Amino acid sequence: MSSSDNRDPRFAGGAEKPRVAFWNDPEKRGYLFQIVLFLLVGYLVYMAGYNAVDNLQKQKIASGFGFWNNTAGFDIGQRLISYETTSTYGRAFWVGLLNTLLVAVVGIFFATILGFAIGVARLSKNFLVNKLATIYVELIRNTPLLLQLLFWYNAVLKALPDVKESLALPGGAFLNTRGLFFPEPVPGDKFEAVMWILAAGLVGYFAFGRWAKKRQAATGQQSPVLWVGLGLIVGLPLLAFFALGMPLSFNFPDLGRFNIRGGVQIYPEFVALTLGLVIYTAAFIAEAVRAGIQAVSKGQTEASYALGLRPGPTLNLVVIPQAMRVIIPPLTSQYLNLTKNSSLAVAIGYPDLVQVFAGTVLNQTGQAVEVIAITMAVYLTISLVTSLGMNWYNARKALIER
Amino acid sequence: MKKVLMSVAVGAAVVMAAGAASAQTLNQVKTRGELQCGSNTGLAGFGQPDAQGNWSGLDVDLCRAISAAIFNDPKKVKFVPLSSKDRFTALQSGEVDLLSRNTTWTMSRDTSLGLEFGPVNYYDGQGFMVRKKLKIASAMELSGASVCSQQGTTTELNLADYFRANKLKYEPVIFATSDETIKAYDAGRCDVFTTDASGLYAERLKLTNPDDHIVLPEIISKEPLGPAWRHGDNQWGDIIKWTHYAMINAEELGVTSKNVDEMLKSANPEIKRLLGAEGKFGEAIGLTNDWAYRIIKHVGNYGESFERNVGAGSRLKIARGVNALWSKGGLQYAPPVR
Ligand SMILES: N[C@@H](CCC(=O)N[C@@H](CS)C(=O)NCC(=O)O)C(=O)O
Repeated sequence: MSSSDNRDPRFAGGAEKPRVAFWNDPEKRGYLFQIVLFLLVGYLVYMAGYNAVDNLQKQKIASGFGFWNNTAGFDIGQRLISYETTSTYGRAFWVGLLNTLLVAVVGIFFATILGFAIGVARLSKNFLVNKLATIYVELIRNTPLLLQLLFWYNAVLKALPDVKESLALPGGAFLNTRGLFFPEPVPGDKFEAVMWILAAGLVGYFAFGRWAKKRQAATGQQSPVLWVGLGLIVGLPLLAFFALGMPLSFNFPDLGRFNIRGGVQIYPEFVALTLGLVIYTAAFIAEAVRAGIQAVSKGQTEASYALGLRPGPTLNLVVIPQAMRVIIPPLTSQYLNLTKNSSLAVAIGYPDLVQVFAGTVLNQTGQAVEVIAITMAVYLTISLVTSLGMNWYNARKALIER
Repeated sequence: MKKVLMSVAVGAAVVMAAGAASAQTLNQVKTRGELQCGSNTGLAGFGQPDAQGNWSGLDVDLCRAISAAIFNDPKKVKFVPLSSKDRFTALQSGEVDLLSRNTTWTMSRDTSLGLEFGPVNYYDGQGFMVRKKLKIASAMELSGASVCSQQGTTTELNLADYFRANKLKYEPVIFATSDETIKAYDAGRCDVFTTDASGLYAERLKLTNPDDHIVLPEIISKEPLGPAWRHGDNQWGDIIKWTHYAMINAEELGVTSKNVDEMLKSANPEIKRLLGAEGKFGEAIGLTNDWAYRIIKHVGNYGESFERNVGAGSRLKIARGVNALWSKGGLQYAPPVR
């Protein structure tokens, strides 16, 4: 609403403006209208919000967050932190959230590996590998995830033996319809020392890696990073472990009347959900990877060969680093998708945030608005943090113009 | 600019109007020409659609009876299938006019959810089902078992209480829908399936081999099942309550869907009042005076509905037991029409 074009030509060119009443000055009048409109809209929004809250309270759909510290009264199967029937709704929230984060992290890890493998396979010159990868991608991408999850859950359950016919695996593990049970490590007193040595080994490995990189940049000489790393991370802690008299015992699972008792249990719901999400998301990641690699022009590969690099180093040092710039943004959105899709857990009985909190807690308390608001805020936060991390990684990988 | 203003005003009006809506359910139902009845997604005997989409069941009959009382037509009902966990939000927010779906009347639901309960159309209790081959005779032997049950139910809470009180360990496996729950039990994921005893009989029919399973003798809770409506609309509450009571009173007085026309000529003053030949009881609840006649004519009395849906005339074959009339040793009792 600029007024410059409305100005009387007689007064143009820096001459003093004539004195007019402000309601006759289009500029001021414009501001006035803007302010009035702003107040009006503000008032309406306020009234609408106020009324909505009032109505929700009358229907007892929303009446605050007081329920947070009330006793939950229900149980949850898989939990990463202690939780009992007498715990609070707040505690149940954390149990659900941690279960969501667990599938998300494990899922993202495996989906990335599988996705990259399939993506590279799609560009393979081997006819069989290429076609299999294509079929995988087309089949998985074009069927609904919910159906796939139900399929995996029922397939996992059907394939597993009854408790009484548990499959005994080497090392004292068991597999049956209740999940995978393996010995629970019980660290002894001196085990902490081993962990410290492992930590020191990791730090040493990173320091050595940086030094080796600098040396290669400066002198062109390569260092045996792999061997030194293995020695520091695996060899040293192992040595310490044996030297300290193996300070670790195991709590072996054994067959009770119904279930396996003791040991660590991996639930079939968790396996089915992770499997389903990994397989589904990997198909999309594979497409991103394929697109990324194809975006690197053929000239790059040819130039690399001309410099005498073998196909392996060409892929690792020339193609992949450039492809990553194209891959990372779609990869980020696949990570976000996987996390959000994990809320389909509810269909197969995995106690994630949506099942425990937006499901049971909402129903038992009736606080729909608060519970859904908190749940949405949590997913938003997880997504924003993931995006932030990936953007930071992307910025590091981006082309640095010199 | 004008458009923006208009839409803001309209939006505000919508938000403001929502509150007033909860007061006059009867008028809304009449203007809509249809009752919206929150029902089960599919529980044999209580509320289930057949292949043609025709609903039947004990809880369904209550909605049909209300529709008959209002419209003189038991078919003016839209059944809205609701899972256990979604049902209360749907009722609170006005998506349905009432809930008639094996819902337990508890104090917290009655008070803090802003709902209202009244008549109990089925007295129930929670039970356990296990495989015969486990050779278990009592729930006290269940320590260490995996238990499948459904989310958003009293079942989930009673289960936790029972195992805690008896110091038994268990692993809960909780699903959002009844279908997934029973399927997982069938697939061997759990040793035990638990829900209301009536539900156990109904869900057992869905198993691959129903005869391989038994219901344990323990009943671990009180589950008074009945309709629920929004707190604050007393007229609507009266209609729901008296629809159920009319069906009970009719059974007590021997009025059935077959003899109701003859009964109109009965000399018994109680029958006269019930069927509207005497007094203005229907008008007092905002309906016509032949409201109960319509209910009995179209749907039948409580006993007829029970036998047809869950009793001897159905696949469930549940005995009347505590759901017999008070005069026959049961708990079903209705205040008189007078
Ligand atoms: N009476 C209990 C349980 C009622 C209930 O929802 N039972 C389940 C299992 S029989 C059911 O009807 N599920 C069907 C569904 O969710 O559609 C309650 O009110 O919480």
